[in-house]
Amino acid sequence: MFIETKNLTKKFGGLAAVNKVDFHIEKGKINAIIGPNGAGKSTFFNLISGFHRPSSGTVLFKGTDITKLPANKIAGLGISRTFQTTSLFEQSTVLDNVIVGHRLRTKSNLFDAILRTKRLKREEKACRDKAMEVIEIVGLTHASDKMVASISQEEKKRTAIALALATDPEIIFLDEPAAGINSDETQGLINLIKQLNQRGLTICLIEHKMSMIMNLADHIMVLNYGEKIAEGTPKEISSNDDVIKAYLGGSASA
Amino acid sequence: MKIMNKRTGLIALFVLAILFPLIFQNDYYTHMLTLSFIWAIAVYGINLLAGYTGYLSLAHAGFFAIGAYSLGLLTVKAEMNFWPALVLACLITSVVGLLIGVIALRTKEHFFAIYTLCVGYIIYLVIDKWDGLTGGVRGLIGINAPSNIGPITFETAESQYYLVLTFLVVVIFVIYRIVHSLTGRTFLAIRNSEELAQTIGISTMKNKLTAFVLSTFFAGLAGALYASFVRFIGPDIGSTAIMFDLLMYLLVGGIGTLSGPLVGTLMLVILSQNLQFLQEYRMLIFGPILTLIIIFYPRGISGSFFDWKRKRRNQTGNVLKPIKVEEG
Ligand SMILES: Nc1ncnc2c1ncn2[C@@H]1O[C@H](COP(=O)(O)OP(=O)(O)O)[C@@H](O)[C@H]1O
Ligand SMILES: [Mg+2]
Repeated sequence: MFIETKNLTKKFGGLAAVNKVDFHIEKGKINAIIGPNGAGKSTFFNLISGFHRPSSGTVLFKGTDITKLPANKIAGLGISRTFQTTSLFEQSTVLDNVIVGHRLRTKSNLFDAILRTKRLKREEKACRDKAMEVIEIVGLTHASDKMVASISQEEKKRTAIALALATDPEIIFLDEPAAGINSDETQGLINLIKQLNQRGLTICLIEHKMSMIMNLADHIMVLNYGEKIAEGTPKEISSNDDVIKAYLGGSASA
Repeated sequence: MKIMNKRTGLIALFVLAILFPLIFQNDYYTHMLTLSFIWAIAVYGINLLAGYTGYLSLAHAGFFAIGAYSLGLLTVKAEMNFWPALVLACLITSVVGLLIGVIALRTKEHFFAIYTLCVGYIIYLVIDKWDGLTGGVRGLIGINAPSNIGPITFETAESQYYLVLTFLVVVIFVIYRIVHSLTGRTFLAIRNSEELAQTIGISTMKNKLTAFVLSTFFAGLAGALYASFVRFIGPDIGSTAIMFDLLMYLLVGGIGTLSGPLVGTLMLVILSQNLQFLQEYRMLIFGPILTLIIIFYPRGISGSFFDWKRKRRNQTGNVLKPIKVEEG
């Protein structure tokens, strides 16, 4: 099992945002988590990526317990993510935003900086090359020198994905990558996600629009009020009664 | 071509700085400029932390004072030679910076500012009250000028000017190198968003601590130079009034820019010398100026100048050239 959560729970005060969720992510697949707003999807990502400490339960990556690792260590293991709202550096170029994404694979320190050592020059080139490579993958080569503030919402999403890719991940978590962009652009992003997957990257994405997921994901989990109410292939999910109820505005307990 | 212009500009500035004492032959101006350079070194330190890493510290007048008192006490009471004392003073300040940074950096934004404000005040109080060591309010007198290096002595105003200028140039060079390296990019990523920095695998605590300790090192260096230049120090150099002066130099010059600390410090030191006759009421002029600058030019004089140049370049139809934030 690639990534596995066992009994994962996060309580905010009295509210269980994620409640005893057992889930597994298969290597090389496109996995998806769906559910209504407030279902706990983002929180679930935050638990796996080390942003929140779970109240209980464990997260395993390739069989090792990573539950207590800080976010930057988890990134180092090859687990990358994007945020629901992008927080790029607007006053800087796409390229400059992405270059620092490869920093975690470099070693040069303050002394390398002051002395401008060979190692620093080599690693700076490595970061720049990596950035250009991932910018090309996401299809933004033409915009690499533009200020982030001046590019479209969809291009910002692509930049955020490029930044995540620059860390050399084995798996990438995408939190509502299609939020706030129109349906044509959404199709473009779907193609990008498929293409990343074909390159061997494992994907796990959050989406609250069911339509987008159904012809993209291999494996789906549905969250409602923090609980897993269903899991399976798109076909199984779309015919599941509990899921239909949750999506038709009824509560999970109804 | 652009780079040539910038380079020639820098060289011209440097030559001007070298020729200044020879042209003016006026000890008062030389003295004033030396003092501004010393303050500028401290402001560069604050800028590395506040401008490039996003943590506004209000404790740095305290670190300046630690550097100054370390040098003063080591040379006067321990009768140490100036040069080892200078090195030790910087180290002492950095170690204190490290200890304080480990705690202070657990807070963010205004909590960090308030916390460091308290730290700065405590440093001031310790210096003021620890009569046995620091001489308390009476201060520390009889600090020697820097001791000579072989045949070069530092007794005259010009020689001290050149010594301090050398330190300033080295400091600017070091900061330039840092800002334009992967380490600098890491600092900027933290300033932009700590959450995002963590997701791309950056150890934010380690990097923030590096920036913090570095910035205290520069503050300590400035303090030590100040002590041997002015030769008398009192607890007031660690006061919040000094802290706000330094902050004002930084904000007016341009926070997060490379030239800002020097531009702001020179301008305001010269301005305040010329407004000396107003005494305490100088603030009546500075206050409104500062407020206006923060409202209309949040990137200060240097930052706004480069923003303006970039806009003009774009309007004249040149290819849209990306500007790195570090420019300035
Ligand atoms: N940091 C937080 N503190 C308190 N409550 C939170 C926090 N983050 C999320 N929540 C709550 O947890 C629940 C799930 O939120 P979230 O995971 O963002 O949902 P989703 O991403 O599925 O829309 C919501 O009720 C939300 O208000
Ligand atoms: Mg969400």
